[in-house]
Amino acid sequence: MTTIDPEFAEARAREERRARLFTRINKADGWFKVLGLAWITPILRAAAGDNPQAQVREIWRLLMVPLIAILAFLLLWGNLAPRVQTSLGAVPGPAQVWEQAIVLHQDAQAKAAKRDKFYEQVEKRNQKLIDAGRADDIKPIAYTGSPSYYEQIWTSIKTVFFGFLIASAIAIPLGIMAGLSVTANSALNPLIQIFKPVSPLAWLPIVTMVVSAVYTSEDGLFAKSFLVSAITVTLCSLWPTLINTALGVASIDKDLVNVSKVLKMNTWTKITKLVLPSALPLIFTGLRLSLGVGWMVLIAAEMLAQNPGLGKFVWDEFQNGSSSSLAKIMVAVFTIGIIGFLLDRVMFALQSLFTFSNNR
Amino acid sequence: MKLTHAALMISTALCAPAYAEMLDVEKDELKFGFIKLTDMAPLAVAYENGYFEDEGLFVTLEAQANWKVLLDGVIDGQLDGAHMLAGQPLAATIGFGTKAHIITPFSMDLNGNGITVSNEIWEQMKPHIPTMDDGRPQHPISASALKPVVEAYKDEGKPFNMGMVFPVSTHNYELRYWLAAGGLEPGYYSPENISGQIGADVLLSVTPPPQMPATLEAGTIYGYCVGEPWNQAAVFKGIGVPVITDYELWKNNPEKVFGLSAEFVEENPQTTIAITKALIRAAIWLDENDNANRPEAVEILSRSEYVGADYEVIANSMTGTFEYEKGDVREVPDFNVFFRYNATYPYYSDAVWYLTQMRRWGQIAEAKPDTWYDEVAKSVYRPDIYLDAAKSLVDDGLANAADFPFDSDGYKEPTPAADIIDGVPYDGRHPNAYLDSLTIGLKGEQKVVGTEVQG
Repeated sequence: MTTIDPEFAEARAREERRARLFTRINKADGWFKVLGLAWITPILRAAAGDNPQAQVREIWRLLMVPLIAILAFLLLWGNLAPRVQTSLGAVPGPAQVWEQAIVLHQDAQAKAAKRDKFYEQVEKRNQKLIDAGRADDIKPIAYTGSPSYYEQIWTSIKTVFFGFLIASAIAIPLGIMAGLSVTANSALNPLIQIFKPVSPLAWLPIVTMVVSAVYTSEDGLFAKSFLVSAITVTLCSLWPTLINTALGVASIDKDLVNVSKVLKMNTWTKITKLVLPSALPLIFTGLRLSLGVGWMVLIAAEMLAQNPGLGKFVWDEFQNGSSSSLAKIMVAVFTIGIIGFLLDRVMFALQSLFTFSNNR
Repeated sequence: MKLTHAALMISTALCAPAYAEMLDVEKDELKFGFIKLTDMAPLAVAYENGYFEDEGLFVTLEAQANWKVLLDGVIDGQLDGAHMLAGQPLAATIGFGTKAHIITPFSMDLNGNGITVSNEIWEQMKPHIPTMDDGRPQHPISASALKPVVEAYKDEGKPFNMGMVFPVSTHNYELRYWLAAGGLEPGYYSPENISGQIGADVLLSVTPPPQMPATLEAGTIYGYCVGEPWNQAAVFKGIGVPVITDYELWKNNPEKVFGLSAEFVEENPQTTIAITKALIRAAIWLDENDNANRPEAVEILSRSEYVGADYEVIANSMTGTFEYEKGDVREVPDFNVFFRYNATYPYYSDAVWYLTQMRRWGQIAEAKPDTWYDEVAKSVYRPDIYLDAAKSLVDDGLANAADFPFDSDGYKEPTPAADIIDGVPYDGRHPNAYLDSLTIGLKGEQKVVGTEVQG
């Protein structure tokens, strides 16, 4: 019997535990990166007892530098903004913008209270109708007040996704077609090249007129302004997905294509088993770009189509021209930026979920 | 005993709206459009004070980008009704611009506009304006003070541009009236050329009201005529000086109206009366007790979903004063009139005045007989609906019968010469005679052909 040094065994167990811990941290690191929280990893590593010096350097790079940059930006902004005098007063600094963010939040709460009151009124009226023996006349009444800031954000998000989904539903099949067939590609290519650089502002009047002419139903499942904005988003966000899908499909490994021929796969199986899985990374790259473009276009479209989202908010505030208008518009600018960033992260996360290659 | 009696009276007074007979409205969910101007106040007040709900109406108010979008909204049914320029229902009905039969049962206000020039122009005008004893300029200021400035620009070959809000807007006609009264040609329209700049000394173009200050600041225009708060906004921003209010131009001139499509009124007669009732109550509230409720109204209007300008800017004109040059605040108690002087009654004579101005500047290309003016006015302005609503309010105990001209034939007494800046009296019953009495403008059988006035 060999005697095992108990200390040695313990050390080995500790070593193993540590190794396991680090594997976990490394695994989690992938997700942190996806979520834009890469700076958590070095902190965890340091906590787990990794070489502190290396981790401090990492923390510095991933956390401190961005924080310092943001602080420097705020300082610069706070310093320079008051020096620019407009006819609406000085350009607001960070403090005024924060103040207006709070005002908008309080306004949203006040509006929620108003909404409750409105429904009480409706209840009362319904009761009156019941008392008058006209219970049949009762029907749901939509709220008549103006939307709060949060509702406007929600409208924008709904609009952009609606437009984006339509765009994807068109672009992915077309892209696969263009990728699989050289003929389809040369047919689509000139159209793509011509329409890709068109600004949403050019599409909008056409879309407005077409929607007004075609969408005449009275029941109003969608508001016209909603459709106009969403379709404009579609027209502008179609292209990145289309191009990337085509590229992804066209660049499938020739061996795989040959295998499919040997196996005598039909087109459908070929697409689902072979084309899609290998083109997925590029398709997602396209979708991510598309959503980004869509979000950017949306604000302009909403401004002109008067869809009650963030674009209309910015436009209305510009029209109001009150002393707090500029600060409110800046709140909207930050909201737009942050939501755009989050949307991109969501797409990135989805991409990481669905694809296994490094081709991100 | 006395106390309980008083308490009873108060409680009855408070409960009165609840007892009011609810009209059997055909359509109870409505959407109205408006432009960010203080004279949309009756709509905001009727909404905020619950007058629409008292009538069983659930109304959504929606700001519109400009007058064209608003009119198209009413025509194609996206909007059930809207705060409109008095000229819009008339022009639409006679087919100048988009043709559609629009009617108006309710006039929204009197006065409320001003003409503003940029600081630069003001400095050049000032030497030509007589001053009062205290050194402040004498009001009303005539456009004759602007004439030498315009001539100087003309000599340098620079076009003199001014803004108004819509081709058939009160502002277009008021600005033209002021310019013409001062001897400046504001330009004619013709069927081929609808720019309205034929033979013009001053070139007028369209800018939506809320963008006026920004356009002035950018130097695209040297002045503008617009409703409040956009004249006071120029003062607050220090970019311009209002030279005259329309009250000084023509005392108690009719302004905005509430427009509905004729189709809507035909299909929803009870709803139309209910809307009119709510709006009349709002107008009464706005003028009650010598404008006592105005500060509250200003607070409502300053919310970003309505006019959205700063409280102080809106209050400057809504609470009985008007600020000309910075610091030169003068009393103009009737700058905005919402109910007094039968402001809400849709007078045929008001409609006829707008029609005469359309004829005067060539928007109506050919001479029309007096009877034509009367017919058009009667097909667009509907005092019958207004009086039904008023009667219903009086019956409910919500309004005073003495406040309504129940036995009027729809024509106002002729406006005396003293109430108008150039001293030309106006009588709505004789539009052609009135047109002949104006110095500048088409009269009789005159026509605009090419760039010339013929006949």
